[in-house]
Amino acid sequence: MRVLVISVALALSSAAVHAAEYVNIDGGTFASVLPADAVAANVTVAPFRLRTEPVTNAEFLDFVITHPQWRRDRVARVFAEARYLAQWQDATALAAETAPTQPVVQVSWFAARAYCASEGARLPTWNEWEFAAAADATRADARGDPAWRESILSWYAKPSSAAAANIGGAANFYGVRDLHGLAWEWVEDFNALLVAADSRDQNDPDRLKFCGAGALNLRDLDNYAVLMRVAMLSSLKAADTTSNLGFRCAK
Amino acid sequence: MNVVRVLLFALLTGALPTLAAELPGDSIYQLPIKLTDEKGKNFQFAERGGKPQLISMFYTSCPYVCPLIIDTLKKTQRALAPAKVAVLLVSFDPERDTPQRLQQVFVERKLDAASWTLARTDANDVRQLAAVLDVQYRALANGDINHSAALVLLDGDGRIVARTDKIGEVDADFVAAVRSTLHTE
Repeated sequence: MRVLVISVALALSSAAVHAAEYVNIDGGTFASVLPADAVAANVTVAPFRLRTEPVTNAEFLDFVITHPQWRRDRVARVFAEARYLAQWQDATALAAETAPTQPVVQVSWFAARAYCASEGARLPTWNEWEFAAAADATRADARGDPAWRESILSWYAKPSSAAAANIGGAANFYGVRDLHGLAWEWVEDFNALLVAADSRDQNDPDRLKFCGAGALNLRDLDNYAVLMRVAMLSSLKAADTTSNLGFRCAK
Repeated sequence: MNVVRVLLFALLTGALPTLAAELPGDSIYQLPIKLTDEKGKNFQFAERGGKPQLISMFYTSCPYVCPLIIDTLKKTQRALAPAKVAVLLVSFDPERDTPQRLQQVFVERKLDAASWTLARTDANDVRQLAAVLDVQYRALANGDINHSAALVLLDGDGRIVARTDKIGEVDADFVAAVRSTLHTE
């Protein structure tokens, strides 16, 4: 019996890739593109910890091996659509062209959440992600710098058919890598961003669908790169997967 | 005695996945959500299975759209008469919507005790339920909750059969879908 326990423990530890690294982010008050009161108020982000790198193919492969209900051939369809992990060779093997160190993509929100829970973590909120992603290499908030905006936009201009890169880009102010330039990322409250198709239209008939103060008004309309992300996340359903959407976790 | 206990444990734990496995893969009852109704009774989401029902989300301090959601559900029920369909309305607002508060609204709105359930769950399960129902919501700093409104029809196995975003009036296509699902099950 003891031998069995030890061999199970060994199997588990050998399955684990190096432990994920998290950094502390102090948080603070900042101007989110989604105002806290849907008009203009700043958002306050409490201190949190963020994974320095997105979750990779190798890490997600270990996860589906140790949590077989998340294998692509066993997952309940309500939690992940048919394209879930379709880029892999099979349910428990990567394909030749999917490098172990590339961010895992084609994962649903439910799967991303389950992965983070297995790491004792959760998905970051939109505001946490946005807060960390406002930084460049030397400044906590570089969003006002046109050159910085331009450099982020140039990534979004690349065709999504281009081969995915490996993780390990330059660290930002907080020591977090690959927030821009590699893959889109799920957030916990992806279904909370609530952007009307055209938030400038004050007479939008769709407004009746929304309770409270009406549809959110976007702020900072020059920040296209971040707004593209909001628009993309808002368009998703929780079981959806896309070929350039991955995730990282927070605590 | 220990052996009995181990066997019992194996039976129980073995039986639970079997129950889950009987649900179709596209059943939203796969979500392990715990709810509490307006009477304070706890239940698992999957216990709602067995017959079709309408499900929607709301919160009791919502001044504009949520009363309309209740009105629309009542009108939809009237349009179906004499057939009856159960309604489950789950709150976005676990902070304020206690069972007592839900009970108060239940009485104020003269809801039919035989077919209506108002329920609350924790913040994590609200997020999951909204996600699976494709409902968007966002808490604002002033306590309002922005949300989209949808009435969703589930079949007895918890599959989403139909939905409508029409609030304030009866959606004839949706009523037809409810009637046909009630008829076939």
